[in-house]
Amino acid sequence: MAEKHLGHIKPYSAQFGTMVPMGKQKFLRTCIIWQLFRFVAINIRMTILILKSHH
Amino acid sequence: MARLIVMGGGVSGHTTATFAKKMLGKDHEVVVVTPNANWNWIPSNIWVGVGEMTKDEVVFPLAPVYKKAGIDYRQAKAISIHPEGKSDREDAYLTIEYTGQDKEAKTEELTYDYLINATGPKLNFGATPGLGEGTNLGKHTVSVCTADHAAHANLELKACIEKMKKGKRQKFLIGTGHGMCTCQGAAFEYIFNIEKTLTDAGVRDMADIQWISNESFLGDFGMGGLHFSMGGYAASSKIFSESLYAERGLDWIIGAHVNKVEAGKAHYELLDGSFGVAEFDFAMLIPPFAGVGLKAFAKDGSDITDTLFAPNGFMKVDANYAAGAYENWDASDWPSTLQNPTYKNLFAVGIAFAPPHPISKPMTTPNGTMIVPTPPRTGMPSAMMGKAVALSVVDMIKGKTTEPTHTANMSEMGAACVASAGKGLFTGTAAAMTVYPIVPDFKKYPGVGRDLNGTTGEIGLAAHWVKHILHHLFIWKAKLKPGWTLIPE
Ligand SMILES: Cc1cc2nc3c(=O)[nH]c(=O)nc-3n(C[C@H](O)[C@H](O)[C@H](O)COP(=O)(O)OP(=O)(O)OC[C@H]3O[C@@H](n4cnc5c(N)ncnc54)[C@H](O)[C@@H]3O)c2cc1C
Repeated sequence: MAEKHLGHIKPYSAQFGTMVPMGKQKFLRTCIIWQLFRFVAINIRMTILILKSHH
Repeated sequence: MARLIVMGGGVSGHTTATFAKKMLGKDHEVVVVTPNANWNWIPSNIWVGVGEMTKDEVVFPLAPVYKKAGIDYRQAKAISIHPEGKSDREDAYLTIEYTGQDKEAKTEELTYDYLINATGPKLNFGATPGLGEGTNLGKHTVSVCTADHAAHANLELKACIEKMKKGKRQKFLIGTGHGMCTCQGAAFEYIFNIEKTLTDAGVRDMADIQWISNESFLGDFGMGGLHFSMGGYAASSKIFSESLYAERGLDWIIGAHVNKVEAGKAHYELLDGSFGVAEFDFAMLIPPFAGVGLKAFAKDGSDITDTLFAPNGFMKVDANYAAGAYENWDASDWPSTLQNPTYKNLFAVGIAFAPPHPISKPMTTPNGTMIVPTPPRTGMPSAMMGKAVALSVVDMIKGKTTEPTHTANMSEMGAACVASAGKGLFTGTAAAMTVYPIVPDFKKYPGVGRDLNGTTGEIGLAAHWVKHILHHLFIWKAKLKPGWTLIPE
């Protein structure tokens, strides 16, 4: 499958040597329904972190 | 009646003063000495810098808030600390110089029982020739460190966009302007916001966008990097960051000490000892930070600045400043109570305290130039330090104890950082990162130094919503509106 958004990456450049997201991953990043779940998850994670950090 | 003076009305100082006053009530005095008339939610300066918010949306006047809270507000800068008083007077005092309230340039001596230093950083543009003079930004680059800088950066950005629309290619250089900078996170956010702004303006294909920083690897962030639990892997922030840059077609130069800036050119030295020049039409380079240059004097008038402050101008607290080389560093070197070891009624919070050493490993080029990101003290830990010290000082003022009762140790607390990668209710994204602890503890968490249950990272629209909500929540909190104490730091 051709991933058009990766067309700018040149072989042997620094950008070539890392992982890049593909279509599904990119779609999920702005998919409202999925992001509503992630919103809840991020808030829970941050709340736990805050509780752990207060002494 | 005791008097607590807080120097600095920024993120940490405002937190300290407002909590202390709430708990001390009318029985004791809380004074804030700060040169600024406005409070600034600094993280949103990034959005001012790309025209997504105005300056007025990220600042508000301090005077009415302090009046409501019963805090004595002095729009002035602290000049010198006299912790032993002077020959004819026993009480410790602070010398201030007004910058507003119709008393500009007038000086005054304020006695104190407790003094908290929350003066944040001096933006040391002058450390790099061409980047600026002293604390003033030069004419070749822009900055997002203050709301005014960010508003100016946006005007320059818009001018570049106009040029690109007329068919002129533009080079953007974003990052750090010296080998000893911190605050890579701010530049990290700005480069992604620039990229999104150019994309939205339909001129992305006319722009070459390059990152330059003093990190030895992308994603170091001045914290020696971090590992996230991701897809069954402990994934390094190097991969996380490189992925974000590669996806957007952003080039990077790392391990760079920018040693000179000229019109359209940034000269740099790399960790391997080689030298290079990065050309630009638009550059936002974060300056190195230093302490704000407070002085201290003993009873006999002798200069004791070195006793109170580290050579970089930050205030010494209960940290281990004798840890030596990187190999000897330990999480326990980091301060807990933030109390000055010599004068027990002095504390420092936020960026103003002197860290024991960097978190990232110091590296030196074959030419002898040290290149190391200095430790970040971001908003959340700064505010948590402010609150912890406020609680300790309140207990001490109320006579419950003679020692600090609360701690805020960066090797025992986490930080949440939401780095914007572009604004937009449905198109925006941000990287939501949590790290626990901020300073890696390799004894407790062998290998990666951090608790992988608490160290996470993800990018998406939800993180952008969080970032936007935090903007409103923290401004609400700072204005002391109903329920402000319930909003965590
Ligand atoms: C562009 C940018 C984006 C950022 N984004 C984020 C983010 O997304 N998340 C995050 O957690 N952190 C972020 N940070 C970092 C965050 O802003 C700082 O960690 C935080 O402001 C530090 O708080 P502080 O109180 O130590 O310093 P400051 O907030 O800078 O406050 C210092 C105060 O002291 C005052 N002062 C200076 N000199 C004197 C003097 N001589 N006497 C009295 N007062 C004095 C100053 O006027 C100021 O009011 C960002 C920083 C920048 C620059």
